[in-house]
Amino acid sequence: MNLTLKIWRQAGPRHTGELMTYKVSDISPDMSFLEMLDVLNEQLNAKGEEPIAFDSDCREGICGMCGLMISGEAHGPEKTTTCQLHMRSFRDGEVITIEPWRANAFPVIKDLVVDRGAFDRIIQAGGYVSVNTGAAPDAHATPVPKPAADRAFMAAECIGCGACVAACPNASAMLFMGAKVTHLSELPQGQPERMARVVSMVDQHDEEGFGGCTNVGACSQACPKGIPQDVISTLNKDLRAALRG
Amino acid sequence: MATKTSSRPAATARRTTIGLKILMAGTGLVFIGYVLLHMYGNLKALGGEESFNTYAEHLRTLGEPMLPYAGLLWVIRVVLILSLVGHAYAAFTLWSRAGNARRTKYAAVKTAMRTAWMRWGGVFLLLFLVWHLLQFTILKFSVNGDKQGASIQNNPYELVVASFQVPWNTLIYVLAMVALAFHLSHGTFSAQQTLGWTATPHAYRRAKTIGHVVAAVIVVGFLIPPLSILFGLIK
Amino acid sequence: MTETTVNAGIAHGLYREGEPVADSKAPAGPIAGKWRQRQFEASLVNPANRRKLDVIIVGTGLAGGSAAATLGEAGYNVKVFCFQDSPRRAHSIAAQGGINAAKNYKEDGDSVFRLFYDTVKGGDYRSRETNVYRLAEVSANIIDQCVAQGVPFAREYGGLLDNRSFGGVQVSRTFYARGQTGQQLLIGAYQALERQVAAGTVEQFTRHEMLEVVVVDGRARGIIVRDLVTGEIETHLADAVVLGSGGYGNVFFLSTNAMGSNVTATWRAHRKGAYMANPCYTQIHPTCIPVSGEHQSKLTLMSESLRNDGRIWVPKNREDCDKDPRDIAEEDRDYYLERIYPSFGNLVPRDIASRQAKNVCDEGRGVGPMVGDFRRGVYLDFADAIQRLGRDAVESKYGNLFDMYARITGENPYETPMRIYPAVHYVMGGLWVDYDLQSTIPGLFVIGEANFSDHGANRLGASALMQGLADGYFVLPNTIRDYLAKGPFDKLTQEHPQVVEARTSVEQRTKRLLEIRGERSVDSFHRELGNIMWEYCGMERSEEGLLKAIDLIRGLREEFWRNVRVLGSGDTLNQSLEKAGRVADFLELGELMCIDALHRRESCGGHFRAESQTEDGEALRHDDEFLYVAAWEFGGGDALGEMQQPVLHKEDLVYEAIELKQRSYK
Repeated sequence: MNLTLKIWRQAGPRHTGELMTYKVSDISPDMSFLEMLDVLNEQLNAKGEEPIAFDSDCREGICGMCGLMISGEAHGPEKTTTCQLHMRSFRDGEVITIEPWRANAFPVIKDLVVDRGAFDRIIQAGGYVSVNTGAAPDAHATPVPKPAADRAFMAAECIGCGACVAACPNASAMLFMGAKVTHLSELPQGQPERMARVVSMVDQHDEEGFGGCTNVGACSQACPKGIPQDVISTLNKDLRAALRG
Repeated sequence: MATKTSSRPAATARRTTIGLKILMAGTGLVFIGYVLLHMYGNLKALGGEESFNTYAEHLRTLGEPMLPYAGLLWVIRVVLILSLVGHAYAAFTLWSRAGNARRTKYAAVKTAMRTAWMRWGGVFLLLFLVWHLLQFTILKFSVNGDKQGASIQNNPYELVVASFQVPWNTLIYVLAMVALAFHLSHGTFSAQQTLGWTATPHAYRRAKTIGHVVAAVIVVGFLIPPLSILFGLIK
Repeated sequence: MTETTVNAGIAHGLYREGEPVADSKAPAGPIAGKWRQRQFEASLVNPANRRKLDVIIVGTGLAGGSAAATLGEAGYNVKVFCFQDSPRRAHSIAAQGGINAAKNYKEDGDSVFRLFYDTVKGGDYRSRETNVYRLAEVSANIIDQCVAQGVPFAREYGGLLDNRSFGGVQVSRTFYARGQTGQQLLIGAYQALERQVAAGTVEQFTRHEMLEVVVVDGRARGIIVRDLVTGEIETHLADAVVLGSGGYGNVFFLSTNAMGSNVTATWRAHRKGAYMANPCYTQIHPTCIPVSGEHQSKLTLMSESLRNDGRIWVPKNREDCDKDPRDIAEEDRDYYLERIYPSFGNLVPRDIASRQAKNVCDEGRGVGPMVGDFRRGVYLDFADAIQRLGRDAVESKYGNLFDMYARITGENPYETPMRIYPAVHYVMGGLWVDYDLQSTIPGLFVIGEANFSDHGANRLGASALMQGLADGYFVLPNTIRDYLAKGPFDKLTQEHPQVVEARTSVEQRTKRLLEIRGERSVDSFHRELGNIMWEYCGMERSEEGLLKAIDLIRGLREEFWRNVRVLGSGDTLNQSLEKAGRVADFLELGELMCIDALHRRESCGGHFRAESQTEDGEALRHDDEFLYVAAWEFGGGDALGEMQQPVLHKEDLVYEAIELKQRSYK
């Protein structure tokens, strides 16, 4: 395959960036999207140009490190992570635009690399159960109904990649937050801190500069783990309960 | 070890984007209830002049003698005005926050357009509302050159019939109702989602369906009278 | 064993032998009481003094993340470092199958002793008994801890935890969260860690890579890191340093490890005096998705459970290798595992399944695309299973794995047989530690995959997660206090000569890498090193091959420091520079792995020496000569990859609780 790539290049956080055009040829449809970028980087290196910076780590769709906006779609046209997207999803001769996640809360570090530290800070605000090591009762002390355990697991599948924010017209992180709140709210272990958690996390979310939710569901459509919008409803419900004091 | 929590969680919760969304959802539900009643009243036009005018008069005498003449109507109006202010305030605040949340836009976009529809559709509906109130409530003027004067102005039925015999006026109305349907189809679902009523996949699907049904009922119910007038079924 | 008396490695002057090494920390007495005794004997640190003690932790996977959280809870002043953008990205997250624990919730005869026994036997009797027993002892606490944190393990309808059996063990002791157990456990540890960050006991440094350990007066007192965003070289000082930086499987270039997984933290510590133990013990997993071409950047593992219903075969005739497998007649197929091991069939242990796949491919009977001169793949066929159980049953059991396969290969595994090939995915070797998990550098502790102690020459499934969390939550926090109780140590300044020396060496190395401006990319060196390692130090090793590999690696290392091309500058995010530093260390580690593999002229676990096999090609251990841990001391060298002979220190393995046996699968 031969492709034309329009890729965002930005030297650093305070530099202005622009889309640059590159051509790649002899791309195998079996390559992953990131391997295609590896090929481009080898070409650039050989020509004496600095390679394009992009994040990736596990390359098997679970660590959440990778994430590119590919022709206007977070993680590209398939419902998966960028690292698991393969070139057979594209046509020979296609022009592909590659941009970093765009959100003020995710500032660009370089080229396609963004800083998602805001997600860590939202978790720090309350995305945990306060239990010290060694203070735990026997694992069978509290049975958890299977439907609750299953929904908690479904929500806990979030990989924190940020595609929801990238795809959201408001750059909102409600799906990310809803997933964590739902994970912990469904479990008995999450109950004692339930109200304080949701208020604190939502407060941090707003402080980071994410937008509000318009319930259009672009986040769920972009989510590589298919986390449904109803987790945001659980988040809203918990916040409304907290409003009552 | 310490857990970061606010000393006044309820006060903090109110300030958040979700707090604003809950305001928007609550006021939106007021409007949904109101437009359904309004639609019911409009359909009275199908029963002829007496049926419609009696209904209009009843709106004013409802609650008497506990309330003064038109008292309940004013209560409703105040609630609606407050809701409108709350709804618009929340909408514009969130719109501005969203704009700030992504100052650098994508060069290639393929995201959902529904958010833009809600916002610009909402602005259009606000403008229409001003026009609609001037036309039928505040100034009560007739846009029909053939039918003018106090007899039209003071007879709600005649004013309605005269107005919708004018094609361009009906067209504005039809466009507004289509916009309203779009707004409500998402808005009805969205309010339920914001209020946390859709926390299971089943409830989520139900909320989506309710949104579509409300939108369909509204667009059909509101368009029957004016279109009947335009095509001469009601004279 | 042959009558050779002088080891080939010694004969070729590749290493020399030093004094034996031994663990001095495990208390005497019966094995079941040792851990309780050690916890009692280990000195305590007064809670008020803990905040005056600084601990640095490198790595935020299951081991590092859980250790940082626990030490933070205890009140120590913790700094935690990871090269990823968040602690939650660490590669522990990719573990699929589950975590073992001797809970005996199934009442099927499991016990601490049985888990201990299975783990030692699974490790082919090359692990340290005391450490493994403790691992089995604390395993049950891990499950309690994780459940309390909200880790959503699989449950039964009654609301209690579900278990499954795993990896040929006869009891059901594996706890799991669908195919994402590692992810869920890591998120649990991550959340506990973030809680401590919020509480102010832990300071978190993301996108920071450790490039050197600071050793002052014989103690580990800090690390030198590079801020990967600004490029700044920073010095962080502390009273103790803990490495939880994972394994070095990426020395093979292609592995199931993450792109960033590297040996730098442990290798730098090795160069400063920490012994590296059993570096040649690598685990090669049989059911991975094969390489599809020269561009491949990493390999993906599919759960071993596929071998329960899938049948493995290759064509009998080479001419059939490029045919559509469905057109190959039954009589022209060689179900080689069923043929060679009629009683175990497709369920032989990992190392055997892997080696036989290599053998049939070496014979030219592999399938799939040509990679180099050979096709590297064998069929894993579910046609029989689909016929016997129905497609729906197969889908409900293996659906997610089939989907993953389809996404990566673009082939439909319900229609055509899957292709699989072994891949490196874990290393049992690592820095040598004593019972307290302390390395040979006082104050430097090593936890998780980065140390060597618990898995011997082969790791059992679902044991890596157990070890990482055991070390981080329960072992290290109890043993490190014995060391910290001697502190706080003298306050150091950044101007201390040994601190300056460490920082300067990092700055110079970074500068050097940027100045070479040669012709070849970092990746091309890494790929070539990987090929050498895989070819000569992979599934089957021989004296001849290893000697050749050592020569090749030395040549490659020499070329690297002369001809690598790293563009860009050091004062910004520079991913080529990061990779260059890691590959430079892999180029040194690779040689030591080959020397270790060469000196160990026996086959055990994941280490198969062609010269040491039974008549029918099975691994042959030599307990008389090799019942020891090989702990290697760095022999000296310069900053540009020149290395002197390493020194071998043997730690004799003593089995008191368990009787030694030769593994057999016939």
